[in-house]
Amino acid sequence: MELFLQQVFNGIMFGSTYAIVALGLTLVMGILNIPNFAHGHLYMLGGYLLYYFGVTMGLGYWFGLIFSVICLGLVGVLMERFIYRPLNNQPHINAFIAAIGALLFLEALALVVWGPQGLRVPNPHPQILHFLGITIGIQRLLVIAGAVALIVGLHLFMKKTIMGTTIEAVAQNREGAMLTGINVNRVSAMTFAISAATAAVAASLISPIFMLSPAMGAILGMKAFVIVILGGMGSIPGAILGGYILGLIEALGGGYISAAYKDVFAFGALILILSIKPTGLFGKREV
Amino acid sequence: MFTKPVHTRLLYAAILIAALTLPWYVPDAYIFQIVTMSLLFAIAVSGMNLIIGFTGQASLAHGAFFGIGAYGVAIMTKAGISFWLALPAAALVSAFIGFLVGLPSLRTRGSYFAIVTLCFGVILWIVAGNWIELTGGHNGIFGIPRPSPIPVPVFGSIEFFTQTPLYYLALAALLLTIFVLRRLVYSVFGLSLMAVRNNEPLADAVGINPFATKLISFVIANFIAGLAGGMYAAIIGAVSPSAAGYMMTFNFLIYLILGGMATLSGPVVGAFAIPVVMEFMQFLGDFRMLIFGALLVFVIIYFPQGFVGGLRQLNQKVAAWRQQ
Repeated sequence: MELFLQQVFNGIMFGSTYAIVALGLTLVMGILNIPNFAHGHLYMLGGYLLYYFGVTMGLGYWFGLIFSVICLGLVGVLMERFIYRPLNNQPHINAFIAAIGALLFLEALALVVWGPQGLRVPNPHPQILHFLGITIGIQRLLVIAGAVALIVGLHLFMKKTIMGTTIEAVAQNREGAMLTGINVNRVSAMTFAISAATAAVAASLISPIFMLSPAMGAILGMKAFVIVILGGMGSIPGAILGGYILGLIEALGGGYISAAYKDVFAFGALILILSIKPTGLFGKREV
Repeated sequence: MFTKPVHTRLLYAAILIAALTLPWYVPDAYIFQIVTMSLLFAIAVSGMNLIIGFTGQASLAHGAFFGIGAYGVAIMTKAGISFWLALPAAALVSAFIGFLVGLPSLRTRGSYFAIVTLCFGVILWIVAGNWIELTGGHNGIFGIPRPSPIPVPVFGSIEFFTQTPLYYLALAALLLTIFVLRRLVYSVFGLSLMAVRNNEPLADAVGINPFATKLISFVIANFIAGLAGGMYAAIIGAVSPSAAGYMMTFNFLIYLILGGMATLSGPVVGAFAIPVVMEFMQFLGDFRMLIFGALLVFVIIYFPQGFVGGLRQLNQKVAAWRQQ
C-alpha cells in the first residue's frame, strides 16, 4: 500500500510537470497550428537559465525563476518571429524540420555554454514530510501546487482578460479574427511567449529535484507531444488530464513492472489510445 | 516530366561513370567508408521519400525500420544464417512490422501520424537498448560476419573481404532501388500516391482507396529501409541502438528535405552532400551543431524545395525566360 501511494504521489508530481509543459505546447499547436517540436528544448533552456541566474549570478532560487521565465518569454517571441512566421504558408513537415533545426541549435548552445556534465540546482526547500507512510519532499509538493496555480491562472487569463479572449478568437477563426481588426501576428508572438514561459516555470520547479543536462529536452518534448495528441490537439483540459495520466502510467508502470521500460508504457499507451480513437481523448471530430 | 533533356542524361551518365570508377582514385579508406555509408543512407532516404515525398505521410519511424533491418541481419548472421538469406528475411520482417504499425497508425492524419510513428521509433530505441539478451543492450552487437562469397561461373567467386566489393554491392543496391522506385512512381500506382498526397477526398471520390494506397507505400518504404539497414550491419560489422534511434530518423529527414522531396535524385544528393558538409564542419567542435541547426532553419525558410527542387525551379525560370 505504501509503495502504491508513493508511486501515485510521484506520478502526480511528474504529471504536474508534464501537464504544464503540454499546456504550453497545446497553446501553440491548437491556436497557431504550429508543431513546435523544440518545446522540450525550451524547457531545458529554462532550467539552465534558472541555474545561471539563481546559482551562477547568486540571485537565489525565486529570482532565478522569475528571470528565467522572462527570458524564455523573450526567446518564444524571437522563435515565432524568425523561425515559424516565415514558414506560415509552407507544408507542416517544413515547420517540423525547422523545429529540428531549432532544437539542435538549443541543445548545442547548452552544450557550448554549460558543458555536457549534469548540473544540480541546490534544493531551496529540502524539508521532508511523512504522511501515511510515504515521504513527501516540500519541493515536490511545490511542483504540484505551482502546476495547479499556473493552470488556474492561465484559465482565468484566457477567459477573463481581453488578451486571452483575443487568443481564443484567433484559435477559433483566424481569418475572422483578422477581419475584426485583430493583429494576428501580435497574438502569435504573445502565445509563443506564454508557451515558452510556462515551459520555464515547469523546468524551474523541477530542477532542484533532477539534474540538468543538455539532452533532457528531447524525451520531454516527445512526451509533451504525446500528451497533446493524447488529449486531442489544442484541447487545454485534454493536455492537463493527459499530463496526469502519463505521469501516473509512468510511475506505476515503472514501479511495478520495469523502470527501464517506463517510457515504453507511455508511448505504447498513446499508440493504443490513438488506434481506438484517432482524434485523441478530447479531440474534435474531423470535418 | 517523363522525358529528361539531353544534358541531364549526360550528367547522370557522368555521375554513374564516376561512381563505377571511384575505387581507382579514392585511396583513403576512411573517405571510402563514408561514401559507402552515404550509398546506404541514400537507399534508406529514397524509401523514406516514397512515403513522405510522394504519398505525403510524414513517417518518423524510418530510422526504426532501418534498425529492424540492421538488428535482423546481425542476429541472424550471428546465428549462422547466410547473409544472402538473412538480408531479404530482415527486410521482410521490417516490411511486416511496418504493415502492423501502419494498420492502426495510418488511420490518423498529419501531425498525429508523425507522432505515432515517432513514438514507435522511440519504443524500439528503448527496447534495443534494454533487451540485452537479444540486442546486446547499449553496447550493441559486434563482429557481424561479412557477406559470404558469391560463386560466379568462369571467374571463380566474388569475395567480400575488402572495402571495394562492399562498395559495389551498396552501389548496385542503390541503383536497383532507384530503378524500381522510378518504375513505381511513374506507374498508375505512383500517380495514385500523388493523388492521395495532393487531395485525399478527391482521390477517394475517383475510386482510389487512400488507406490501402498509403499502407502499401508505407510497407514498401519500410522494406527498403530494412534492406538498407541490413546491409549497413553487414558492411559496418556492428550495430548499436543509435542505428535504430530517432536521431537516425531525423538525419534521414534532413537529407530528404535538403536534398529535395518528391524527386528521385533528391535523396541521393542529400545523403551525399549533408555528411560531407558535416565532415567539413568537424573543426568547429561543439559549435558545429549550433551552426548546423541555424543553417537548417535558414535553408528550410529560404530554400524549402531543397537542392534538387530549387534547381528544377531555376531551370524552369531559365526556360521561360528563353521562350520570351
